[in-house]
Amino acid sequence: MNEKVKEKLGYNFLRLCFGIVLLALFMILYDIFQKGAGVISWEFLTASPKKGMTEGGIFPAIVGTFYVTVITALLSIPLGMGCAIYLNEYAKDGLFTRIIRMSIRNLSGVPSIVYGLFGVVLFVQFMRFDTCLLSAGLTLGLMTLPWTITASEEALKNIPLSYREGAMALGATKWQAIRTNVLPYAVPGMLTGAILGLARAAGETAPILFTGAAFFLPYIPKTIFEQFMALPYHLYIMATQHHSIIKVRPIAYGTALVLVALIFFMNLAAVIIRYRLRKIRRD
Amino acid sequence: MLSTENKKVKISARDFSFYYGKDRAIKNVNIDIYENKVLGIIGPSGCGKSTFLRSINRMNDMIPGTRIEGVLSLEGKDIYDPSVDVVAIRRKVGMVFQRSNPFPKSILENVAYGLRINGVKDNRFIAKKVEKSLRDAALWDEVKDRLNKSAFDLSGGQQQRLCIARALAVEPEVLLMDEPASALDPTATLKIEELIQELKKKYTIAIVTHNMQQAARVSDFTAFFMMGELVECGETNILFTNPEKKITEEYITGRFG
Repeated sequence: MNEKVKEKLGYNFLRLCFGIVLLALFMILYDIFQKGAGVISWEFLTASPKKGMTEGGIFPAIVGTFYVTVITALLSIPLGMGCAIYLNEYAKDGLFTRIIRMSIRNLSGVPSIVYGLFGVVLFVQFMRFDTCLLSAGLTLGLMTLPWTITASEEALKNIPLSYREGAMALGATKWQAIRTNVLPYAVPGMLTGAILGLARAAGETAPILFTGAAFFLPYIPKTIFEQFMALPYHLYIMATQHHSIIKVRPIAYGTALVLVALIFFMNLAAVIIRYRLRKIRRD
Repeated sequence: MLSTENKKVKISARDFSFYYGKDRAIKNVNIDIYENKVLGIIGPSGCGKSTFLRSINRMNDMIPGTRIEGVLSLEGKDIYDPSVDVVAIRRKVGMVFQRSNPFPKSILENVAYGLRINGVKDNRFIAKKVEKSLRDAALWDEVKDRLNKSAFDLSGGQQQRLCIARALAVEPEVLLMDEPASALDPTATLKIEELIQELKKKYTIAIVTHNMQQAARVSDFTAFFMMGELVECGETNILFTNPEKKITEEYITGRFG
């Protein structure tokens, strides 16, 4: 086989790989959109489920997912950023820090159902929060922490050492240098990673399954100590647990479409933040 | 000729050694740096000249596993005394780095940075101080119409003078310069050298340089470092014309390095 044929084969193989991935993505999105778009209406987005969840909307699930994501963000963004700042700026590089770093990386690979079980033991039973928004949000927060920490540390590593040295040579304390000359340029990158983590969390079912998500709840939770409906869990029920699965299939697709749209917008927000970051850097 | 009288010692090192872990980068250095004079520090790469410079404002503190022996003092006060506030030392001893490192802020905010972190809030005072610092760094005329533009828009030489202005704004007494012109073209280098001649009227300056001619042009005293030791130190015109040690002569005549 001569080199030109090899080149062509290689090129076409890589193109095929790309095509398959694109096709799979397109098919999923097309399927959801085609079967779900018809269900979407003002009522579907703003009403509670009715008649044994065979009619009505998914409003409580949308709000529930929003609420739980806010709690997740409140735990994982400040804690994750703080942790990353400590690890990257203050912690001495040694065996201990390296073990911690490795553990954090490994934690991001732990299956989400394991976090769910951990949440039950820690928040629901030990801390006696019972199954509720708070327990579920904290469980999701723990799950996203490794991603937030890793992404935040990467963002900090991208800020040149000379920004820190330059500031400290002018008489800034270490914290002043970090606060005024490192964080302003690192925060957009940190947020980008955090939002991508939140988008994953918003779509998770396993961690909220035992910690707070309700099968059916026709109202919006008023405190963080109440149970809630969530889009991914609602979808799971509609697709596998409902007494008349065939009848509610369109609702399942509609729910899926809303969930995908929600995650799409969160990713879009991350992209916009990253774009603005690049612009600031260039200025 | 330089008068040897009326010389006031600003910084002095006595049996000063510096360690990176077990590696001794500076060995028993004894040297005086005189007020309002320029000390040029020369020597081959890795001789410890930058390490010595960075010891003076304790920038090496940031590197884990380093320690010192002996005494390094500023106006008779031990810089490494445990009771000394590192931040206060760095305000007194400013530094200009080898690669100009403007912050991603406007020209104005770069110069104002040191004032702001020191708690200065009066914007009129800051504006005055920024103008004075930029004038002292011979940059004012080039940037006065675009103070709010990004510092990254400036040329390499301008960026380095901006970094000098930024250091001057906090009113240091000593300026440390770590090869400040090594990344600049000859014209920009000349400007920095002229600037150093102006600055020494107000400041004590220590400049590390790779460039022998530069050391000869800008410095009043020259220190020659090799393998962590101070080989020779003296008035520049004497050291360059009639060095005491043979190895100094070999280095300054370009036989190695």
